[in-house]
Amino acid sequence: MSGFTAPTIDWGALSPVVIVLGAAIIGVLVEAFVPARARRNAQLALSLLATIGALVAVVLLWPGVEESGGTTVLGGSVLVDGPTLVLWGSIALFAVISLLIIADRTETGEDAFAPNAAAVPGSDYEDVARRKGIHQTEIYPLVLFATGGMLVFPAAGDLLTLFVALEVLSLPLYLLAGMARRRRLLSQEASMKYFLLGAFASALFLFGIALIYGYSGSLRYADIATATGTPSGMESVLLVGSVLILAGLLFKVGAVPFHTWTPDVYQGAPTPITGFMGACTKIAAFGALLRIVYTVFPDLQWDLAAILWTVAILTMVVGTVGALVQSDMKRVLGYSSIAHSGFILTGIIALNQAGITAVLFYLLVYGAATVGAFGIVWLVRERTRQSADGSPGPILGEATHLSQWAGLGRTNPLLALTFALFLLSFAGIPLTAGFIGKFGVFSAAVDGGAWPLALIGVLASSAAAFFYVRIIVLMFFTGSASADGEPTGTDVYVPAGDVSAPISAGDGAVAVETVVETEARSTITTTVVKTEGLAVAAIAICALLTIVMGIAPSPVIEAIQGVASFLP
Amino acid sequence: MSLTHYLVLAAILFSLGATTVLLRRNAIIVFMGVELMLNATNLTLVTFSRIHGDLTGQVMAFFVMVVAAAEVVVGLSIIVAIFRTRRSASVDDVNLLKN
Repeated sequence: MSGFTAPTIDWGALSPVVIVLGAAIIGVLVEAFVPARARRNAQLALSLLATIGALVAVVLLWPGVEESGGTTVLGGSVLVDGPTLVLWGSIALFAVISLLIIADRTETGEDAFAPNAAAVPGSDYEDVARRKGIHQTEIYPLVLFATGGMLVFPAAGDLLTLFVALEVLSLPLYLLAGMARRRRLLSQEASMKYFLLGAFASALFLFGIALIYGYSGSLRYADIATATGTPSGMESVLLVGSVLILAGLLFKVGAVPFHTWTPDVYQGAPTPITGFMGACTKIAAFGALLRIVYTVFPDLQWDLAAILWTVAILTMVVGTVGALVQSDMKRVLGYSSIAHSGFILTGIIALNQAGITAVLFYLLVYGAATVGAFGIVWLVRERTRQSADGSPGPILGEATHLSQWAGLGRTNPLLALTFALFLLSFAGIPLTAGFIGKFGVFSAAVDGGAWPLALIGVLASSAAAFFYVRIIVLMFFTGSASADGEPTGTDVYVPAGDVSAPISAGDGAVAVETVVETEARSTITTTVVKTEGLAVAAIAICALLTIVMGIAPSPVIEAIQGVASFLP
Repeated sequence: MSLTHYLVLAAILFSLGATTVLLRRNAIIVFMGVELMLNATNLTLVTFSRIHGDLTGQVMAFFVMVVAAAEVVVGLSIIVAIFRTRRSASVDDVNLLKN
């Protein structure tokens, strides 16, 4: 038996992943060794350094990849080519911006996360943790681990790496979804739903991998692509396997029929995490989907086209119709993200060079608007009014009910304008980045012969524009329900499905109703919370990206076009 | 016994696991269904590895085991947190999030 020869690894090409995952591990050590007072600042500095470092590493790798077309690393397990770099850059960028929102605190030193996620909601222990101002700083390493998984996911060159990356990105997100400071029952419920459905989807995905391995005898993308081109009499195994793999990926992007978790998790998760998850997971999962559809299963396009077409049409329709009937801001944005998955899928189905560029650009645009919009949702809060003298009481959770946003354009014009900008970008109105993104995917779909999809996409976008505009009208042209004076009765919002909702089933269900919630019922006003300023900076960056990519998109599109080809 | 029998057994186990996930109401049992699906996949991988005569499938099976262990840690912590809040692990009781 020959001796062990160590493989040569091109660490330089892997540097963004190594930086982020290395920092995540250091973050775990910081948690153990740094005194509690300094921990938050240390973790924040470490996470920001790591994600910005990854962004810089991507920029440094760019010229080399543009010239050579990309390299295979770790014997082909990781493919560092043009699309990988674009996706890495997008993920790292939005991780930085999301971290700013995640880290931000209100004037009273509250961030978006439970002081102690293990404490039972409503217990004395939770009270003590809150009074002592404890912070759950494990958030930062968890975000870094998730980011690391997202970086590997679209770059994977074999199904084993793809599966491990899927789990590394998912597991921290399941936990993060359950850590909200307010409405903890909703948050924990979101976490459990996300986990159970996510675990089910990854089991299906894994069985798909096993079947593909059985068909082709390899986990490597290139070998599978070769094997699918040669008939062998086991085509049914191949087809079932590829459908199961696609199901796992479509679950992550929230496409119909795997979308049911999306609105629930978007609503229940802590808002900064929703923004992070909504933007970065979608970028990573669509990156992986793009690579698989374009490089692994191109010979199956006639078999898979029918499935992908159905999924894309259903996703656009269900997302749009679902968003029309919602009354909760985070759920509206959740359904809107489903509709956007459908739009991006049309770009993937196009199966041409323009499709790759269009999808990569769309993901960048969509990420900017998502992170920014959820940042603003996090700032718009409920506040109780002390009934005795009318002075404002303590600030509560996010004011997510649509009626609570009425009149925000008068009280906070700048914030409302920025939110309107993100909504217009979602809707795809010209002069915002969303228009360029949508135009790109639809014209790629027409070029690729999928014009019915583009037609349905345009119809769905115009229907979707209705509910975006409805929110803008609500903010600017509808009187505030509770801006001043006494609540008018009909407009008063009673928080439904809040922590105070009764738990009917089960013996000895614990009462988790808190005192604040019962008092607050009829005297809740909407306010924009003052913070340390990190979230405002993050929202400003997102708004800037949305405007710049809407007015002058050509440098970005040309840069993406220059590298938009996959390694075989 | 031919190797195909193992594949059929794995497919049956996988279907049992999937049925458990879709039909049972207790979060722990649902979770056990997922584990059964993962282990059925492992059997498939090892059998195909034997058929093809290479080790990739067996290596993959090891990774699946490690990932399943990590998933148990995360999953049980979430289920226990919910159970301590509500004194119930039924997936029908967690119904606050809806339209």
